[in-house]
Amino acid sequence: MPTLNSVTIGSLLNERSHEPSAVSLFLYNAVIWNPHRIHFDEPYATQIEKHPGLVVDGPLQGDWLSQAVMEWLGDEGELMQLEYSNRRAAYLGERLRSGGEVVAIDRNTGTVTLDIYIKNDDDKVIAPGQAIVRLGD
Amino acid sequence: MNELLTPEIRQWIGRSDTPQRLEVGRRDIVKYAIATQQRLKKYRDGDEAPPMFLFNAHQPLVQIAALRPDGLTVDSLLPDLPLKRVMAGGVKNTYYRPVRPGDVLVLTRTLTDIYEKQGSTGPLIFVVYTMRVETENGAPVMEETRRRIFR
Repeated sequence: MPTLNSVTIGSLLNERSHEPSAVSLFLYNAVIWNPHRIHFDEPYATQIEKHPGLVVDGPLQGDWLSQAVMEWLGDEGELMQLEYSNRRAAYLGERLRSGGEVVAIDRNTGTVTLDIYIKNDDDKVIAPGQAIVRLGD
Repeated sequence: MNELLTPEIRQWIGRSDTPQRLEVGRRDIVKYAIATQQRLKKYRDGDEAPPMFLFNAHQPLVQIAALRPDGLTVDSLLPDLPLKRVMAGGVKNTYYRPVRPGDVLVLTRTLTDIYEKQGSTGPLIFVVYTMRVETENGAPVMEETRRRIFR
């Protein structure tokens, strides 16, 4: 686990592949109580809202970003701030990746800034973000 | 710019809706952890809620007949906009302490901004909400700023 003494700028978070399925998308929308039809009703999503397929929820991608941070952080660290933008939509069937890297270290406050991303199979960042964490010594 | 945003729409900036009281249960955390494929034990066991657990938690629970044609809940904190199709825009969360089973939270949402942008496929309206999450005693738990995009 990273500590304030061991962490270096450019340290990478482990990249993880995400391939949501019809079932995982259904469960996510059920658990956040989101009945928006673009996530489960394909004729509606494509014909009415003109999407190329079922839409992978933006906040689900945000959750994957938070997982990348929390798995890197370990039990001694603390998440202080998490932000991301959903810049480009993703659709069921796409394979996405989460990851990030350390971009700033403030040893006085004990905080570290991470740039984080969701990328699609074309290697385009579709959801860039940033997290601020506090590390132990 | 601001062609779509009438004074009537802009009057909504600054309004809040009724605070929602939320009792956090371990089973709900475990369901969330399964749906999002969490790998850390504390989340899978429901000992602590993952950081994005409270997304959408303020949403009023209404009958199916009260849902919009697109499935979404009619939002009492949303003016009638000329663009109807909704997309998620992003989030900025500030955390003060983790959420755990047994917590009783109070969620207060305010519409903090409405603005227009030109997207690649036409105009977009951004609606920004800030949700303050506190314990029943008023201790801060987190604050979420969330952008919804209408196109």
